[in-house]
Amino acid sequence: MDVIRHDLVIVGGGGAGLRAAIAAAEKDPKASIALVSKVYPMRSHTVSAEGGAAAVARDDDSLEMHGFDTVKGSDFLGDQDVIQYFVAEAPKELTLLEHWGCPWSRNEDGSVATRAFGGMTTKRTWYAADKVGFHMLHTLFQQSLRYSNIVRYDEQFVTKLVVDGGAVHGVAALDVREGVVRLILGRAVILATGGGGKIFPFTTNGNIKTADGMALAYREGVALKDMEFTQYHPTGLPGTGILITEAARGEGGHLKNSEGERFLTTRDYGVGQKAELGPRDMVSRAIIQEIEAGRGIKGPYGEYVNLDLTHLGEDVIMKRLPMVRELSMLYGGADPIHQPIPVRPVLHYMMGGVDVNIDGATSLPGLYAAGEVACVSLNGANRLGSNSLTECLVFGARTGLAALQYAKGASGANDAACLRQAEEEAARVAGLRGKRGGERIAQLRRELGATMERGCGVYRDQAAMDETVHTTAQLRGRYGDLGLVDKSTVFNTELIAALELGNMIAVAEAIAVSAAHRNESRGAHARRDAMKRDDANFLYHTLAYAGYAGPRLDKKAVTLGVWVPEERKY
Amino acid sequence: MSEQKKTFVVTRFDPDRDPAPRQQTYEVPVQPDWKVLDALNYIKDEIDGTLSHRWSCRMAVCGSCGMMVNGKPSLTCKDSLADYGSRVEVAPLSNFPIVRDLVVELEGFLEKLKAVKPFILKEKERALAEGTHRQSPEQLEEFRQFSYCINCMLCYAACPVVANEPEFLGPAAIALGHRYNMDSRDEGQHERNEIFRGEGTVFSCSYANECSEVCPKHVDPAAAINQAKFNAVIDWLAGFVTSRGGK
Repeated sequence: MDVIRHDLVIVGGGGAGLRAAIAAAEKDPKASIALVSKVYPMRSHTVSAEGGAAAVARDDDSLEMHGFDTVKGSDFLGDQDVIQYFVAEAPKELTLLEHWGCPWSRNEDGSVATRAFGGMTTKRTWYAADKVGFHMLHTLFQQSLRYSNIVRYDEQFVTKLVVDGGAVHGVAALDVREGVVRLILGRAVILATGGGGKIFPFTTNGNIKTADGMALAYREGVALKDMEFTQYHPTGLPGTGILITEAARGEGGHLKNSEGERFLTTRDYGVGQKAELGPRDMVSRAIIQEIEAGRGIKGPYGEYVNLDLTHLGEDVIMKRLPMVRELSMLYGGADPIHQPIPVRPVLHYMMGGVDVNIDGATSLPGLYAAGEVACVSLNGANRLGSNSLTECLVFGARTGLAALQYAKGASGANDAACLRQAEEEAARVAGLRGKRGGERIAQLRRELGATMERGCGVYRDQAAMDETVHTTAQLRGRYGDLGLVDKSTVFNTELIAALELGNMIAVAEAIAVSAAHRNESRGAHARRDAMKRDDANFLYHTLAYAGYAGPRLDKKAVTLGVWVPEERKY
Repeated sequence: MSEQKKTFVVTRFDPDRDPAPRQQTYEVPVQPDWKVLDALNYIKDEIDGTLSHRWSCRMAVCGSCGMMVNGKPSLTCKDSLADYGSRVEVAPLSNFPIVRDLVVELEGFLEKLKAVKPFILKEKERALAEGTHRQSPEQLEEFRQFSYCINCMLCYAACPVVANEPEFLGPAAIALGHRYNMDSRDEGQHERNEIFRGEGTVFSCSYANECSEVCPKHVDPAAAINQAKFNAVIDWLAGFVTSRGGK
C-alpha cells in the first residue's frame, strides 16, 4: 500500500478547507499540507452559496450589534465567547478575501457594498452580486495555487480516520480514479467536508453533501453536537429544491400567499417589523402555516407561496440578483422581472456537527473540524443567513493554525499500526465493490429521505420523531444487505454512493435521536407538542455518541456571557 | 405531469474491460421539466448502477457535469430535454482523455490554470490594516464577466485549436489570467503578458469563437483572448520603448 506523509491533512476543499490550508501554508512555508477532497475543490458546495457573507462594515453598525443578532438568531444556544470572537474576526477575513481578488460588489465611491439579510439589524452582508459562494470558493482556490506546500489530492474519498494510541495520525483515502486505498499520514487532521443536506429528500444541497466528515468523526467516538437543529431555508424552488437566495428579500422581495397577501406583515408570525427579513426558522414556519391554512398555491410539486420581485424593477434584478433570475427561469419556469417565483421551505443547512472548541479541536487529539461539518456553536439553534460563509473563513483560518501548532508538537505515529488499519480499511472497501445483497442504494436513500422529512421537518412531534428514530435504526441494519453491481476499480461512483449512504444513515440516526430527546421548541427545532422554549430544562447542547445499539446522548453547557437569554421576538 | 419515453445512447468505457469506448442504449421515461442530467441520474439509480458521470450542484454553478449531448458541449444540468427529440446521444467531453464512461481527465486544465497565475500579484503585499482597496463599479465591470468561469470545460471541448494542439493554454485559463490583468487591484500584468506571449497561448487562438458560443456563463473567453492579445503586444512595445528610450 502507498503511504504518504504530511504534517497536516485537510479533508475537504471548500471554503473552510481551503482557508485552513492557506492559513497553515502561510504561517509555516516548510509545513507540508495535504488537501484531500472527493471532488476537485472548485466543485465543493461552497460554490452554491448565493447571498453574501456577514461582517460589520458600516458606521451605523457595531460588533456588539452583529453579536447580539447572532445570539438572538441562535435562540440563545450559541456560545457567546465564540460569537464574540467571530464578529471581531469577520471584517478582517472578508478584507483579506478582498485583497486576494474576490470581486465584491461596490458602492459608487469604490467601497465594498453591503446588503440587508434576515435577522440582521443593519446592512452588513458583503456580496458579489448573488454568486458570493462561487466567487469566494474560486478566489480561495486560485489563491491556494500560490502555495507549493499545499499538495492536493483531488477526487480522493476519505473513508476512515486512522487512530492509534488515542490520537489521529492520518486518513485512509480511496483514489476514485484508480480504485486503490492509500494511507495519508498526518500529525493532525482537519475535517472540512461540509454538511449532509442530502440526508433529506428536498434540499438545496448538491449531490456531494453526504455528511462524510461527521460520520468519520462519529465512528471514532467523537460527539456530534446539536444535530437536531437542521435549517429549512424559506425559499427553494419546488421540485428541485434549488436555492433562491435570501438576498432576494434583502433587496426588497415580498412573500405572498394565494390571495396575494404579504402574510408576514398582515399576520403575527413573530417577525414583527422585519417581515420578510425575519430569521429563517420563523419565515419557514410562517410559510408552512400559510399552506396549512389553505392559502398555499397548488403546483405539480406540492403547494407553495410566491416570492414577488416584480416591483424591484429590471435594473435591480439584473445587477444584484442575476443568478436568482437565471435559476428562476431555468428551474422555476418564471422570469422574476415579470412573474413571482414559486418557493417553499427547503432543507438547507446543519447547525449541528462535530463537537469542537473555539480552536476547532475535537475531543480526539489531533482531530480538528471547521465549517458546516463542525459545530463550534456559533449558530446555536438557528443560523442567520450570511454568517456561514464568514464562519468558513474565520474558523477555517483559526483551526488551520491551531492544527498546525498541534502538529508541530505531536509525536510520530506507529507506522505499522496505522498501516494495518489502512489495509483493513482497503479490504472493507474492496469487499463493498460489486457486493451481493438484496437492498438497493436508490431505494434506501429514498426511504431515508422520506422518514427524515416526516420526523425532522419544519414542524416535529414526539410520535413522528420516534418513528424516524426507529426507521433510521432499521435502515442501518438493512444497509448491511446492500447489493452493488459495479465491480470496476475505475471511477466507481456506485461504490462512492454506497459509502456516502452509510455515512448519511449514521448521521441521520444521530439527528433523529437528538431531536426526539429535546422536549421544547428552540430555533429550527419546532415541536407542535411543546411549543415553548424551556431554558430551565433545555438550555444546553446535545451531544450524540455512536453506540452499538444506536446513538447515546449527553449534554454540554452553553457558554453564556453578556447577553442574557430573553424571549425571542422581533 | 405527462412523461415521455426518450432513447439515450450513452458512451460507455471501462478501461478495466473495454478495449475502446462503446455505446449503450437506455429507454428513459422523461418528465417535461427534466434536464439531460436528470435522465442520467435516472439511468444510474433505476436501470444501470455501473454508469459513471460527475455531477453535484444541479444548478449550473459547480461545473461538474459537462458532456457532449448530440455532439455539442453541454452543461447537462442546465440543458433541457424538451429541446431534444426522442433520441439523445450523450458522450464525454471532446478533446479530453476519457477516464471512464462520461468522466474525463481534468489534470491538464489544472496545470494550465496554475500557469496563468490566477491570483492578485502585488509589488508589495497590502497590509490588512490598510483595509479594502477602492474599486469603482466601472473598474469592477472591466473584469466581472471574465470572473464568471465555472471551469466546466465546455470551451475546451468546443475549441478547434485545443483539438489539434492539446497543449494550448485554452479559453478558460486565458480568460482567468486576463481577468486578473484587468483587475484594478492587480500589479501582475507584465508577468502574465510575458506568459501570454509564449508559445501555445493567446497567439495560437484562431478566433473561431466556438468557446464563447458554448459558454454556459457568458464569460466570452474569445473576447478575453482578443483583449489579452492586444494587451500582450502593447505591453511588449511599451517595454521595448522604455528599454530603448529610458537610457
